[in-house]
Amino acid sequence: MDNTKRYGRLLERYRNGDMERRKFLGLIGAAGLAYGVQTPFAKFAHAQDVKEVRFDGWGGVVSEAFREYAFDPFTEKTGVTVVDGTFGGGDEYLSRVKASQPGEYNIAHLSGVFDYARYHGLGLTSELNEDNIPNLQYVIPKLNDVFRKITDGKLSCVPYDYGTTGLAYNRKHISDEEMKEKGAKILIDDAYKGKIGGWADWRTRMWYAALQTGQDPNGATDVDAMWDAVRAHRDLALKYWTSGAELMSLLAEEEIYVTEGWSGRIYALQEQGHDIGYMDPPNGFGWQECLFVIKGSPMEACEELLNFMLAPETSIAVAEGQNYPPALDPTKVDLGDKIPTLPAFDPTGTLSGLTFADPEYWNGHEADWSKMFGRVQKGY
Amino acid sequence: MSVESREARQPWILLSPALTAIILLLFVPLGFIVVYSFWLRTATGADQAGFFLDNWQEALTDSFYRDILLNTLKIAGITTIVCALMGYPAAYFIARSRGNKAILLLLLMLPFWISYIIRTMSWINILGVSGALNSVLIGVGIIDEPIQMLYNETTVILGLVHFLLPFMILNVFVSLDGIDETLEDAANSLGATRWQAFTEVTLPLSLPGLAAGGLLCFVLGAGTYITPLVLGGPTDAMFANLVFEAIITQLNWPLGSALSLMLLAVLGALVLIYNRYLGMAQLMKGLG
Repeated sequence: MDNTKRYGRLLERYRNGDMERRKFLGLIGAAGLAYGVQTPFAKFAHAQDVKEVRFDGWGGVVSEAFREYAFDPFTEKTGVTVVDGTFGGGDEYLSRVKASQPGEYNIAHLSGVFDYARYHGLGLTSELNEDNIPNLQYVIPKLNDVFRKITDGKLSCVPYDYGTTGLAYNRKHISDEEMKEKGAKILIDDAYKGKIGGWADWRTRMWYAALQTGQDPNGATDVDAMWDAVRAHRDLALKYWTSGAELMSLLAEEEIYVTEGWSGRIYALQEQGHDIGYMDPPNGFGWQECLFVIKGSPMEACEELLNFMLAPETSIAVAEGQNYPPALDPTKVDLGDKIPTLPAFDPTGTLSGLTFADPEYWNGHEADWSKMFGRVQKGY
Repeated sequence: MSVESREARQPWILLSPALTAIILLLFVPLGFIVVYSFWLRTATGADQAGFFLDNWQEALTDSFYRDILLNTLKIAGITTIVCALMGYPAAYFIARSRGNKAILLLLLMLPFWISYIIRTMSWINILGVSGALNSVLIGVGIIDEPIQMLYNETTVILGLVHFLLPFMILNVFVSLDGIDETLEDAANSLGATRWQAFTEVTLPLSLPGLAAGGLLCFVLGAGTYITPLVLGGPTDAMFANLVFEAIITQLNWPLGSALSLMLLAVLGALVLIYNRYLGMAQLMKGLG
């Protein structure tokens, strides 16, 4: 009920004789006083008067690309400042969001549909008005569909890019032929003890454990064998890395010769001149990233930013900067020269060559496996 | 109001800002953590309010947590001993130096101007495969291949010593600085050698400082999280890393709360034992 209606009812009661004149005037006066008191603070609640939107992403070359090709031009165009923060992993960020007040965090560069489903499970999804994001038409339909399935046909995010977590190796020490021959099993090869790395992420560890034990990553049945593979990797690994920057440093400094790695980061290393090879083994870990709007955010400003970021010229520039193919459909948009050379790029726009994590399967094991990995990681 | 009652109230009035801050910033959050420790994490990651003993039961009976806690106490203990062995001579040197004491103390404080994380990460550039030490050893022909020195328990202890040594030196220095130097001269004049004068006079008198430094190093070392993360290998986790994982990775705030209270209780017990036998006065001097 809005205030006009409240005043109307009050007036009606007074006119009907249900209220004394003194009481009626007293209530009107109190309402006026209350309005006067709240007015200086009301500006903080005006959704339309947004001057700032917070964006959180993965840091490093990814954040640099967002800042240079998307946020700064957006601020120049609209006057809305984009404050960008970073996180080392989706779990860490979710914990921060859980501890925050509504509206404190606005847009996040989330990885994987399983993350989207977790946010939805925690009641953190918003509802985008797709009319305000006309550039959504350029996005590969398959990428939108998986998100819609989780949120009853609505969207709380827009797909933005995709990539793989494949095998990265130092060509000075490991040949392309050896990689092809050993595939994911090279991560549990005794010959490279002390020169193997791995992401300290339970999903990635279990995904690769499934590959190493010859199982389907989205439907493994011999979980004990997978844990044995995780333990074998742990015993041979020099270090679990916890961020893209650490991954790049370990490979570039030759502390490790082989690890699984994020396709875009490895491409960045190659661009810097390091002789690092990259391959996606069969059933390699594919993922799609999205720009997720968190419940309580200023929706119109966020939608305007998302539309700006999905515009082909922005999206392509960001993709070239961060080295991950954009979510734009290559059959609808000309993606230029560099993007087709990026790892994981699918010229057909169907993404049929990539294996994505089944959110139901992985989130169903999240509580047990993340806890178990914490133990296995420490020698148990 | 009588003069006595006004005088009795004055300290409380003066202390009230600090007490308010301590209550709001320490005890209230601690209260939240206590309440959280009795909640449960649901399958979606949301918390279920209530009074459940599951987290406490798990934290207290699971050998995994006990083993990591014991390992944490072991690492903190070794670090404290190394800090004491390295810190005492340095503190003695500063306390007995003439004229340049202020400069030496300033040099001791210099590392605090640099972020603890940066200081910890600097070891990667020193001990890494392509780091300074390996480059020098290869350069002078002592080794042909770089030695793998990083990411093990030794480097975790090294990083902790690097972080905590100034705390030890400061505490011992404060203690040594307060000892009358003529006592050593008196011992010498009575026939004691310099070594005997040190072991029979100076060392016993400086023990409270050593104990205060030891307590600080131990408590800070046992609660550390960054050092094992940056310099440790896959199995070199400490108890604070378990708290981090429970809260951040597993989104299990209730279990993380129980674990953090467990660590707090163990370290709090140590502080209480210290206070019972040695008192907190020396520690305050060292921190001041």
